[in-house]
Amino acid sequence: MEVISVNHLRKMFANKTIHRDVSFKVKEGECLGLLGGSGAGKSVILRSLIGLEKPDGGEIRIDGVDISKLSEPQLYEIRKKVAYAFQNGALFDSLTVFENVAYALKEHTTLSDKDIRLKVHDLLKDFNLDGCENLFPNELSGGMQKRVGLARAIILGPRAILYDEPTAGLDPANTITIQNLILHLKESGTTSILVTHDMDTALRVCDRICFLDKGEIEDLGSVEEIKKDRTRLMSLFVRG
Amino acid sequence: MNTRTARFLNFVGGNAILSRDITRQLFTRPFYFDLLSSQLLTIGVRSLPLIFVVAISVGMVMALQFGIGLEKFGGKLYIPKLVSVSITRELGPIFASLMFAARVGAGITAEVASMVVSQQVDALRALGTSPVKKIIIPRVLACLIALPILTVIGNAIGLMGGLFVGVLDLNLNSGFYLQKIEASVTLADFFSGVGKTVFFSLFISIPACYYGLHVQRGTRGVGIATTEAVVTASILIFIGDYFLTKFFWIFESWK
Ligand SMILES: Nc1ncnc2c1ncn2[C@@H]1O[C@H](COP(=O)(O)OP(=O)(O)OP(=O)(O)O)[C@@H](O)[C@H]1O
Ligand SMILES: [Mg+2]
Repeated sequence: MEVISVNHLRKMFANKTIHRDVSFKVKEGECLGLLGGSGAGKSVILRSLIGLEKPDGGEIRIDGVDISKLSEPQLYEIRKKVAYAFQNGALFDSLTVFENVAYALKEHTTLSDKDIRLKVHDLLKDFNLDGCENLFPNELSGGMQKRVGLARAIILGPRAILYDEPTAGLDPANTITIQNLILHLKESGTTSILVTHDMDTALRVCDRICFLDKGEIEDLGSVEEIKKDRTRLMSLFVRG
Repeated sequence: MNTRTARFLNFVGGNAILSRDITRQLFTRPFYFDLLSSQLLTIGVRSLPLIFVVAISVGMVMALQFGIGLEKFGGKLYIPKLVSVSITRELGPIFASLMFAARVGAGITAEVASMVVSQQVDALRALGTSPVKKIIIPRVLACLIALPILTVIGNAIGLMGGLFVGVLDLNLNSGFYLQKIEASVTLADFFSGVGKTVFFSLFISIPACYYGLHVQRGTRGVGIATTEAVVTASILIFIGDYFLTKFFWIFESWK
Protein backbone atom coordinates (compact mmCIF):
# COMPACT_ATOMS: atom_id res chain seq x y z
CA MET A 1 0.00 0.00 0.00
CA GLU A 2 1.22 3.54 -0.76
CA VAL A 3 1.77 5.90 2.12
CA ILE A 4 2.57 8.83 -0.16
CA SER A 5 1.20 9.22 -3.64
CA VAL A 6 1.55 12.33 -5.78
CA ASN A 7 -0.37 12.69 -9.02
CA HIS A 8 0.22 15.36 -11.64
CA LEU A 9 1.36 17.93 -9.11
CA ARG A 10 1.69 21.44 -10.48
CA LYS A 11 3.30 24.34 -8.64
CA MET A 12 4.16 27.88 -9.64
CA PHE A 13 5.71 30.83 -7.79
CA ALA A 14 4.52 34.11 -9.30
CA ASN A 15 4.99 33.35 -13.00
CA LYS A 16 7.71 30.77 -12.57
CA THR A 17 6.71 27.14 -13.00
CA ILE A 18 8.55 24.92 -10.54
CA HIS A 19 6.65 21.67 -11.08
CA ARG A 20 4.98 21.00 -14.42
CA ASP A 21 3.77 17.48 -13.88
CA VAL A 22 5.16 15.53 -10.94
CA SER A 23 3.89 12.05 -10.09
CA PHE A 24 5.41 9.41 -7.84
CA LYS A 25 4.47 6.95 -5.14
CA VAL A 26 6.19 5.72 -2.00
CA LYS A 27 5.17 2.35 -0.58
CA GLU A 28 4.98 1.58 3.11
CA GLY A 29 8.44 1.03 4.57
CA GLU A 30 10.16 2.17 1.43
CA CYS A 31 12.84 4.86 1.18
CA LEU A 32 12.65 6.90 -1.99
CA GLY A 33 15.69 8.93 -3.02
CA LEU A 34 14.90 12.23 -4.70
CA LEU A 35 17.76 13.69 -6.67
CA GLY A 36 17.95 16.76 -8.85
CA GLY A 37 20.01 19.86 -9.49
CA SER A 38 20.03 22.78 -7.11
CA GLY A 39 16.85 24.81 -7.53
CA ALA A 40 15.03 21.97 -9.27
CA GLY A 41 12.27 22.14 -6.65
CA LYS A 42 13.05 19.22 -4.36
CA SER A 43 12.47 21.14 -1.16
CA VAL A 44 9.22 22.51 -2.57
CA ILE A 45 8.00 18.92 -3.15
CA LEU A 46 8.72 17.96 0.45
CA ARG A 47 7.07 21.14 1.75
CA SER A 48 4.01 20.43 -0.39
CA LEU A 49 3.73 16.92 1.05
CA ILE A 50 2.91 18.33 4.49
CA GLY A 51 0.87 21.25 3.20
CA LEU A 52 3.42 24.01 3.82
CA GLU A 53 2.95 24.90 0.14
CA LYS A 54 -0.39 24.73 -1.63
CA PRO A 55 -0.20 23.01 -5.02
CA ASP A 56 -1.68 24.77 -8.06
CA GLY A 57 -2.92 21.50 -9.50
CA GLY A 58 -2.89 17.74 -9.06
CA GLU A 59 -3.31 15.81 -5.88
CA ILE A 60 -1.16 14.70 -2.96
CA ARG A 61 -2.40 11.69 -1.02
CA ILE A 62 -1.10 10.68 2.38
CA ASP A 63 -2.55 7.33 3.38
CA GLY A 64 -5.19 7.89 0.74
CA VAL A 65 -6.29 11.34 1.96
CA ASP A 66 -5.94 14.19 -0.52
CA ILE A 67 -4.21 16.79 1.63
CA SER A 68 -4.51 19.66 -0.85
CA LYS A 69 -8.17 19.89 0.18
CA LEU A 70 -7.50 19.99 3.92
CA SER A 71 -7.66 23.11 6.10
CA GLU A 72 -4.68 24.16 8.22
CA PRO A 73 -6.06 22.60 11.46
CA GLN A 74 -6.76 19.34 9.62
CA LEU A 75 -3.20 19.39 8.32
CA TYR A 76 -1.88 19.34 11.90
CA GLU A 77 -2.94 15.71 12.12
CA ILE A 78 -1.10 14.89 8.88
CA ARG A 79 2.01 16.65 10.20
CA LYS A 80 2.10 14.48 13.29
CA LYS A 81 2.24 11.46 10.98
CA VAL A 82 4.65 12.88 8.40
CA ALA A 83 7.74 14.61 9.74
CA TYR A 84 9.79 17.09 7.75
CA ALA A 85 13.45 17.61 8.60
CA PHE A 86 14.27 21.07 7.27
CA GLN A 87 17.26 21.58 4.99
CA ASN A 88 18.70 24.27 7.29
CA GLY A 89 17.46 22.87 10.59
CA ALA A 90 15.00 25.76 11.16
CA LEU A 91 15.53 25.55 14.91
CA PHE A 92 13.61 27.85 17.27
CA ASP A 93 16.34 30.25 18.27
CA SER A 94 14.69 31.33 21.51
CA LEU A 95 14.61 27.73 22.77
CA THR A 96 17.48 25.53 23.92
CA VAL A 97 18.48 22.34 22.13
CA PHE A 98 16.54 20.36 24.71
CA GLU A 99 13.41 22.49 24.32
CA ASN A 100 13.65 22.27 20.53
CA VAL A 101 13.86 18.51 20.53
CA ALA A 102 11.21 18.13 23.23
CA TYR A 103 8.81 20.48 21.41
CA ALA A 104 6.55 17.90 19.76
CA LEU A 105 6.46 15.72 22.89
CA LYS A 106 5.32 18.68 24.99
CA GLU A 107 2.71 19.72 22.46
CA HIS A 108 1.26 16.41 21.42
CA THR A 109 1.79 13.90 24.22
CA THR A 110 0.96 13.69 27.90
CA LEU A 111 4.35 12.31 28.91
CA SER A 112 5.74 13.46 32.24
CA ASP A 113 8.66 15.89 32.31
CA LYS A 114 10.92 13.08 33.47
CA ASP A 115 9.98 10.77 30.58
CA ILE A 116 10.45 13.62 28.14
CA ARG A 117 13.89 14.32 29.57
CA LEU A 118 14.93 10.67 29.24
CA LYS A 119 13.61 10.37 25.72
CA VAL A 120 15.28 13.56 24.51
CA HIS A 121 18.53 12.57 26.20
CA ASP A 122 18.58 9.17 24.47
CA LEU A 123 17.78 10.65 21.09
CA LEU A 124 20.48 13.32 21.39
CA LYS A 125 22.94 10.57 22.21
CA ASP A 126 22.01 8.75 19.00
CA PHE A 127 22.89 11.91 17.12
CA ASN A 128 26.25 12.42 18.89
CA LEU A 129 24.83 15.48 20.58
CA ASP A 130 25.04 14.58 24.26
CA GLY A 131 25.96 17.49 26.48
CA CYS A 132 24.34 20.03 24.16
CA GLU A 133 20.96 20.11 25.92
CA ASN A 134 21.30 23.59 27.35
CA LEU A 135 22.95 25.30 24.42
CA PHE A 136 21.04 27.68 22.16
CA PRO A 137 20.95 27.12 18.39
CA ASN A 138 23.28 30.07 17.71
CA GLU A 139 25.92 28.33 19.84
CA LEU A 140 25.93 25.28 17.53
CA SER A 141 27.76 24.63 14.27
CA GLY A 142 25.75 24.21 11.07
CA GLY A 143 26.11 20.44 11.13
CA MET A 144 25.02 20.27 14.77
CA GLN A 145 21.96 22.42 14.04
CA LYS A 146 21.05 20.07 11.25
CA ARG A 147 21.24 17.05 13.54
CA VAL A 148 19.17 18.78 16.22
CA GLY A 149 16.58 19.59 13.55
CA LEU A 150 16.53 15.95 12.52
CA ALA A 151 16.11 14.81 16.13
CA ARG A 152 13.28 17.30 16.65
CA ALA A 153 11.50 16.05 13.53
CA ILE A 154 11.56 12.35 14.35
CA ILE A 155 10.94 12.35 18.09
CA LEU A 156 7.25 11.46 17.86
CA GLY A 157 8.12 8.34 15.88
CA PRO A 158 6.28 9.42 12.74
CA ARG A 159 4.89 7.09 10.10
CA ALA A 160 6.84 8.84 7.36
CA ILE A 161 9.86 11.12 7.38
CA LEU A 162 10.93 13.61 4.72
CA TYR A 163 14.67 14.22 4.92
CA ASP A 164 15.92 17.37 3.19
CA GLU A 165 19.63 16.87 2.57
CA PRO A 166 20.29 15.41 6.03
CA THR A 167 23.96 14.74 5.40
CA ALA A 168 24.95 17.95 3.59
CA GLY A 169 27.68 19.73 5.50
CA LEU A 170 28.41 16.85 7.87
CA ASP A 171 31.79 15.25 8.43
CA PRO A 172 32.25 11.62 7.25
CA ALA A 173 31.74 10.15 10.71
CA ASN A 174 28.48 12.00 11.28
CA THR A 175 27.36 11.20 7.74
CA ILE A 176 27.69 7.49 8.58
CA THR A 177 25.82 8.06 11.85
CA ILE A 178 22.93 9.70 10.02
CA GLN A 179 22.91 7.02 7.32
CA ASN A 180 22.74 4.33 9.99
CA LEU A 181 19.96 6.18 11.73
CA ILE A 182 17.90 6.42 8.57
CA LEU A 183 18.51 2.74 7.88
CA HIS A 184 17.53 1.88 11.44
CA LEU A 185 14.27 3.83 11.13
CA LYS A 186 13.61 2.16 7.82
CA GLU A 187 14.06 -1.28 9.35
CA SER A 188 11.53 -0.38 11.99
CA GLY A 189 9.02 0.29 9.23
CA THR A 190 9.20 4.04 8.67
CA THR A 191 8.46 5.24 5.16
CA SER A 192 10.73 7.99 3.92
CA ILE A 193 11.81 10.32 1.15
CA LEU A 194 15.43 11.36 1.09
CA VAL A 195 16.47 14.46 -0.83
CA THR A 196 20.21 14.52 -1.25
CA HIS A 197 23.11 15.44 -3.50
CA ASP A 198 25.20 12.75 -1.89
CA MET A 199 25.24 9.66 -4.14
CA ASP A 200 26.85 7.41 -1.57
CA THR A 201 24.14 8.15 0.95
CA ALA A 202 21.41 7.73 -1.65
CA LEU A 203 22.78 4.40 -2.86
CA ARG A 204 23.32 3.14 0.67
CA VAL A 205 19.95 3.93 2.25
CA CYS A 206 17.39 4.23 -0.56
CA ASP A 207 15.38 1.48 -2.24
CA ARG A 208 14.45 3.43 -5.31
CA ILE A 209 15.62 6.68 -6.85
CA CYS A 210 13.84 9.43 -8.79
CA PHE A 211 15.35 12.35 -10.62
CA LEU A 212 13.63 15.74 -10.73
CA ASP A 213 14.45 17.92 -13.70
CA LYS A 214 12.64 20.71 -15.56
CA GLY A 215 9.51 20.32 -13.48
CA GLU A 216 9.08 16.61 -14.14
CA ILE A 217 10.15 13.46 -12.40
CA GLU A 218 11.89 10.48 -13.91
CA ASP A 219 11.87 7.16 -12.09
CA LEU A 220 15.37 5.70 -12.35
CA GLY A 221 14.34 2.39 -10.85
CA SER A 222 15.69 0.39 -7.97
CA VAL A 223 19.03 1.03 -6.36
CA GLU A 224 20.28 -2.42 -7.38
CA GLU A 225 19.82 -1.53 -11.04
CA ILE A 226 21.42 1.86 -10.63
CA LYS A 227 24.44 0.46 -8.84
CA LYS A 228 25.21 -1.65 -11.91
CA ASP A 229 25.36 1.48 -14.05
CA ARG A 230 26.52 4.46 -12.01
CA THR A 231 27.63 6.46 -15.02
CA ARG A 232 23.99 6.82 -16.05
CA LEU A 233 23.20 8.59 -12.77
CA MET A 234 26.12 10.97 -13.20
CA SER A 235 25.18 11.72 -16.78
CA LEU A 236 21.79 13.00 -15.62
CA PHE A 237 23.41 15.80 -13.62
CA VAL A 238 25.76 16.67 -16.44
CA ARG A 239 22.87 16.81 -18.88
CA GLY A 240 20.75 18.89 -16.46
CA MET B 1 -4.78 47.99 -11.22
CA ASN B 2 -1.53 49.62 -10.16
CA THR B 3 0.75 48.06 -7.58
CA ARG B 4 -0.01 50.61 -4.87
CA THR B 5 -3.74 49.85 -4.97
CA ALA B 6 -2.95 46.14 -5.04
CA ARG B 7 -0.73 46.47 -1.99
CA PHE B 8 -3.37 48.49 -0.15
CA LEU B 9 -6.01 45.84 -0.87
CA ASN B 10 -3.58 43.09 0.17
CA PHE B 11 -2.95 44.97 3.40
CA VAL B 12 -6.66 45.35 4.19
CA GLY B 13 -7.49 41.77 3.22
CA GLY B 14 -4.45 40.33 4.97
CA ASN B 15 -5.21 42.14 8.21
CA ALA B 16 -8.85 41.08 8.04
CA ILE B 17 -7.86 37.43 7.62
CA LEU B 18 -5.30 37.70 10.40
CA SER B 19 -7.86 39.28 12.75
CA ARG B 20 -10.32 36.53 11.90
CA ASP B 21 -7.73 33.83 12.64
CA ILE B 22 -6.83 35.51 15.91
CA THR B 23 -10.45 35.72 17.07
CA ARG B 24 -11.11 32.13 16.03
CA GLN B 25 -8.09 30.67 17.76
CA LEU B 26 -8.25 32.87 20.83
CA PHE B 27 -10.90 30.73 22.49
CA THR B 28 -9.81 27.23 21.45
CA ARG B 29 -7.34 24.96 23.19
CA PRO B 30 -4.44 24.84 23.79
CA PHE B 31 -3.78 28.13 25.61
CA TYR B 32 -0.19 29.23 26.06
CA PHE B 33 -0.29 31.38 29.20
CA ASP B 34 3.47 31.13 29.68
CA LEU B 35 4.04 32.72 26.27
CA LEU B 36 1.61 35.53 27.14
CA SER B 37 3.34 36.28 30.42
CA SER B 38 6.79 36.37 28.85
CA GLN B 39 5.46 38.77 26.20
CA LEU B 40 3.88 40.92 28.91
CA LEU B 41 7.33 41.20 30.42
CA THR B 42 9.16 42.14 27.21
CA ILE B 43 6.37 44.27 25.78
CA GLY B 44 4.89 45.81 28.91
CA VAL B 45 7.33 45.94 31.79
CA ARG B 46 10.38 46.74 29.66
CA SER B 47 8.53 49.70 28.10
CA LEU B 48 8.16 51.42 31.45
CA PRO B 49 11.41 53.45 31.36
CA LEU B 50 10.58 54.85 27.93
CA ILE B 51 7.03 55.76 28.93
CA PHE B 52 8.38 57.37 32.08
CA VAL B 53 10.81 59.63 30.23
CA VAL B 54 8.29 60.63 27.56
CA ALA B 55 5.43 61.24 29.99
CA ILE B 56 7.40 63.37 32.41
CA SER B 57 8.86 65.50 29.60
CA VAL B 58 5.46 66.03 28.01
CA GLY B 59 3.95 67.05 31.36
CA MET B 60 6.76 69.47 32.14
CA VAL B 61 6.91 71.04 28.70
CA MET B 62 3.13 71.45 28.54
CA ALA B 63 3.13 73.28 31.86
CA LEU B 64 5.97 75.54 30.71
CA GLN B 65 4.29 76.35 27.39
CA PHE B 66 0.94 77.15 28.96
CA GLY B 67 2.77 79.03 31.69
CA ILE B 68 4.53 81.33 29.22
CA GLY B 69 1.39 81.81 27.19
CA LEU B 70 -1.05 82.42 30.01
CA GLU B 71 1.13 84.48 32.36
CA LYS B 72 0.86 87.43 29.97
CA PHE B 73 -2.91 87.44 30.34
CA GLY B 74 -2.90 86.72 34.02
CA GLY B 75 -4.30 83.28 33.37
CA LYS B 76 -1.72 81.35 35.36
CA LEU B 77 -4.41 79.86 37.56
CA TYR B 78 -5.85 77.95 34.63
CA ILE B 79 -2.59 76.10 34.05
CA PRO B 80 -3.35 73.05 36.26
CA LYS B 81 -6.69 72.50 34.57
CA LEU B 82 -5.38 72.96 31.02
CA VAL B 83 -2.35 70.78 31.49
CA SER B 84 -4.15 67.97 33.30
CA VAL B 85 -7.10 67.76 30.95
CA SER B 86 -4.98 67.85 27.79
CA ILE B 87 -2.71 65.16 29.18
CA THR B 88 -5.43 62.76 30.28
CA ARG B 89 -7.66 63.24 27.25
CA GLU B 90 -5.15 63.48 24.47
CA LEU B 91 -1.42 63.86 24.91
CA GLY B 92 -0.82 61.04 27.38
CA PRO B 93 -2.56 58.38 25.28
CA ILE B 94 -1.15 59.64 21.97
CA PHE B 95 2.44 59.88 23.11
CA ALA B 96 2.29 56.54 24.91
CA SER B 97 0.83 54.90 21.80
CA LEU B 98 3.34 56.42 19.40
CA MET B 99 6.28 55.43 21.58
CA PHE B 100 4.75 51.98 21.96
CA ALA B 101 4.45 51.70 18.17
CA ALA B 102 8.08 52.68 17.74
CA ARG B 103 9.44 50.34 20.37
CA VAL B 104 7.05 47.41 20.51
CA GLY B 105 5.52 47.48 17.00
CA ALA B 106 8.95 47.59 15.40
CA GLY B 107 10.18 44.83 17.71
CA ILE B 108 7.26 42.55 16.88
CA THR B 109 7.68 42.97 13.13
CA ALA B 110 11.43 42.42 13.23
CA GLU B 111 11.08 39.34 15.40
CA VAL B 112 8.24 37.74 13.46
CA ALA B 113 9.90 38.57 10.13
CA SER B 114 13.18 36.94 11.16
CA MET B 115 11.25 33.89 12.28
CA VAL B 116 9.63 33.71 8.84
CA VAL B 117 12.92 34.21 7.01
CA SER B 118 14.72 31.55 9.08
CA GLN B 119 11.77 29.18 8.51
CA GLN B 120 10.89 28.99 12.19
CA VAL B 121 7.27 29.80 11.37
CA ASP B 122 7.22 26.92 8.89
CA ALA B 123 8.80 24.73 11.55
CA LEU B 124 5.98 25.56 13.98
CA ARG B 125 3.50 24.46 11.34
CA ALA B 126 5.52 21.39 10.38
CA LEU B 127 5.49 20.30 14.02
CA GLY B 128 1.71 20.44 14.08
CA THR B 129 1.27 23.72 15.96
CA SER B 130 -0.34 27.01 15.00
CA PRO B 131 1.91 30.06 14.48
CA VAL B 132 -1.11 32.26 15.23
CA LYS B 133 -1.41 30.68 18.67
CA LYS B 134 2.30 30.46 19.30
CA ILE B 135 3.54 33.85 18.16
CA ILE B 136 0.69 36.16 17.13
CA ILE B 137 -1.89 35.83 19.90
CA PRO B 138 0.58 36.22 22.80
CA ARG B 139 1.93 39.44 21.26
CA VAL B 140 -1.45 40.94 20.36
CA LEU B 141 -2.89 40.15 23.79
CA ALA B 142 0.18 41.49 25.56
CA CYS B 143 -0.17 44.78 23.64
CA LEU B 144 -3.88 44.92 24.41
CA ILE B 145 -3.21 44.55 28.11
CA ALA B 146 0.01 46.55 28.37
CA LEU B 147 -0.73 49.73 26.42
CA PRO B 148 -3.78 50.90 28.46
CA ILE B 149 -1.92 50.19 31.69
CA LEU B 150 1.19 52.00 30.48
CA THR B 151 -1.04 54.92 29.48
CA VAL B 152 -2.55 55.14 32.97
CA ILE B 153 0.94 55.14 34.46
CA GLY B 154 2.14 57.63 31.86
CA ASN B 155 -0.80 59.94 32.59
CA ALA B 156 0.01 59.95 36.29
CA ILE B 157 3.67 60.68 35.61
CA GLY B 158 2.74 63.41 33.11
CA LEU B 159 0.49 65.10 35.68
CA MET B 160 3.36 64.96 38.18
CA GLY B 161 5.66 66.54 35.60
CA GLY B 162 3.18 69.38 35.19
CA LEU B 163 2.96 69.73 38.94
CA PHE B 164 6.75 70.03 39.31
CA VAL B 165 6.97 72.82 36.77
CA GLY B 166 3.87 74.48 38.16
CA VAL B 167 5.34 74.57 41.65
CA LEU B 168 9.05 75.13 40.88
CA ASP B 169 8.96 77.41 37.83
CA LEU B 170 5.56 79.04 37.92
CA ASN B 171 5.30 79.49 41.68
CA LEU B 172 1.91 77.83 41.99
CA ASN B 173 0.92 76.33 45.32
CA SER B 174 1.17 72.55 45.22
CA GLY B 175 -1.98 72.03 47.26
CA PHE B 176 -3.87 74.33 44.91
CA TYR B 177 -2.45 72.49 41.89
CA LEU B 178 -3.47 69.06 43.18
CA GLN B 179 -6.91 70.29 44.12
CA LYS B 180 -7.35 71.72 40.61
CA ILE B 181 -6.33 68.42 39.04
CA GLU B 182 -8.90 66.62 41.13
CA ALA B 183 -11.62 69.14 40.34
CA SER B 184 -11.03 69.38 36.58
CA VAL B 185 -10.14 65.86 35.43
CA THR B 186 -13.37 63.86 35.21
CA LEU B 187 -13.80 60.12 34.86
CA ALA B 188 -15.06 60.78 31.35
CA ASP B 189 -11.76 62.50 30.47
CA PHE B 190 -9.83 59.61 31.92
CA PHE B 191 -11.79 56.87 30.17
CA SER B 192 -11.98 58.60 26.81
CA GLY B 193 -8.19 58.88 26.87
CA VAL B 194 -7.37 55.39 28.06
CA GLY B 195 -10.24 53.87 26.04
CA LYS B 196 -8.64 55.03 22.82
CA THR B 197 -5.47 53.13 23.56
CA VAL B 198 -7.38 49.85 23.56
CA PHE B 199 -8.00 50.45 19.86
CA PHE B 200 -4.52 51.85 19.27
CA SER B 201 -2.95 48.69 20.70
CA LEU B 202 -4.71 46.69 17.98
CA PHE B 203 -3.71 49.26 15.31
CA ILE B 204 -0.12 48.66 16.40
CA SER B 205 0.04 44.92 17.02
CA ILE B 206 -2.04 43.44 14.21
CA PRO B 207 -0.35 45.31 11.31
CA ALA B 208 3.01 44.66 12.99
CA CYS B 209 2.30 40.93 12.89
CA TYR B 210 0.94 41.20 9.36
CA TYR B 211 4.09 42.90 8.04
CA GLY B 212 6.26 40.39 9.88
CA LEU B 213 4.42 37.38 8.48
CA HIS B 214 4.41 38.74 4.92
CA VAL B 215 8.05 39.76 4.82
CA GLN B 216 9.87 39.43 1.51
CA ARG B 217 12.50 36.76 1.82
CA GLY B 218 15.94 37.98 2.80
CA THR B 219 17.45 40.18 5.47
CA ARG B 220 16.64 43.42 3.63
CA GLY B 221 12.98 42.47 3.78
CA VAL B 222 13.07 42.53 7.58
CA GLY B 223 14.18 46.17 7.62
CA ILE B 224 11.55 47.22 5.09
CA ALA B 225 8.78 45.39 6.95
CA THR B 226 9.78 47.03 10.24
CA THR B 227 9.68 50.53 8.77
CA GLU B 228 6.31 49.87 7.15
CA ALA B 229 4.87 48.59 10.40
CA VAL B 230 5.84 51.69 12.39
CA VAL B 231 4.66 54.11 9.69
CA THR B 232 1.36 52.28 9.28
CA ALA B 233 0.73 52.14 13.02
CA SER B 234 1.46 55.86 13.43
CA ILE B 235 -0.89 56.80 10.60
CA LEU B 236 -3.63 54.55 11.95
CA ILE B 237 -3.20 56.07 15.40
CA PHE B 238 -3.64 59.64 14.08
CA ILE B 239 -6.58 58.81 11.83
CA GLY B 240 -8.16 56.64 14.51
CA ASP B 241 -7.65 59.36 17.10
CA TYR B 242 -9.86 61.80 15.20
CA PHE B 243 -12.73 59.35 14.86
CA LEU B 244 -12.42 57.97 18.37
CA THR B 245 -12.31 61.45 19.85
CA LYS B 246 -15.42 62.30 17.88
CA PHE B 247 -17.06 59.08 19.00
CA PHE B 248 -16.33 59.69 22.69
CA TRP B 249 -17.43 63.29 22.32
CA ILE B 250 -20.82 62.27 20.89
CA PHE B 251 -21.08 59.55 23.51
CA GLU B 252 -20.41 61.97 26.36
CA SER B 253 -22.79 64.71 25.18
CA TRP B 254 -25.49 62.15 24.48
CA LYS B 255 -25.36 60.76 28.00
N1 LIG C 1 8.64 30.95 -1.32
C1 LIG C 1 9.13 31.00 -2.56
N2 LIG C 1 8.83 32.03 -3.37
C2 LIG C 1 9.31 32.11 -4.62
N3 LIG C 1 10.10 31.18 -5.17
C3 LIG C 1 10.45 30.13 -4.43
C4 LIG C 1 9.99 29.98 -3.08
N4 LIG C 1 10.49 28.82 -2.58
C5 LIG C 1 11.21 28.28 -3.57
N5 LIG C 1 11.20 29.05 -4.68
C6 LIG C 1 11.86 28.76 -5.96
O1 LIG C 1 11.56 27.43 -6.30
C7 LIG C 1 12.68 26.81 -6.89
C8 LIG C 1 12.93 25.48 -6.23
O2 LIG C 1 13.36 25.70 -4.91
P1 LIG C 1 13.77 24.48 -3.97
O3 LIG C 1 14.14 25.09 -2.66
O4 LIG C 1 12.71 23.46 -3.97
O5 LIG C 1 15.07 23.91 -4.69
P2 LIG C 1 15.86 22.60 -4.31
O6 LIG C 1 15.67 21.62 -5.40
O7 LIG C 1 15.52 22.16 -2.94
O8 LIG C 1 17.38 23.14 -4.38
P3 LIG C 1 18.60 22.84 -3.37
O9 LIG C 1 19.16 21.53 -3.77
O10 LIG C 1 19.54 23.96 -3.65
O11 LIG C 1 18.06 22.85 -2.00
C9 LIG C 1 13.84 27.78 -6.78
O12 LIG C 1 14.06 28.32 -8.06
C10 LIG C 1 13.35 28.84 -5.84
O13 LIG C 1 13.83 30.09 -6.28
MG1 LIG D 1 16.36 22.25 -1.13
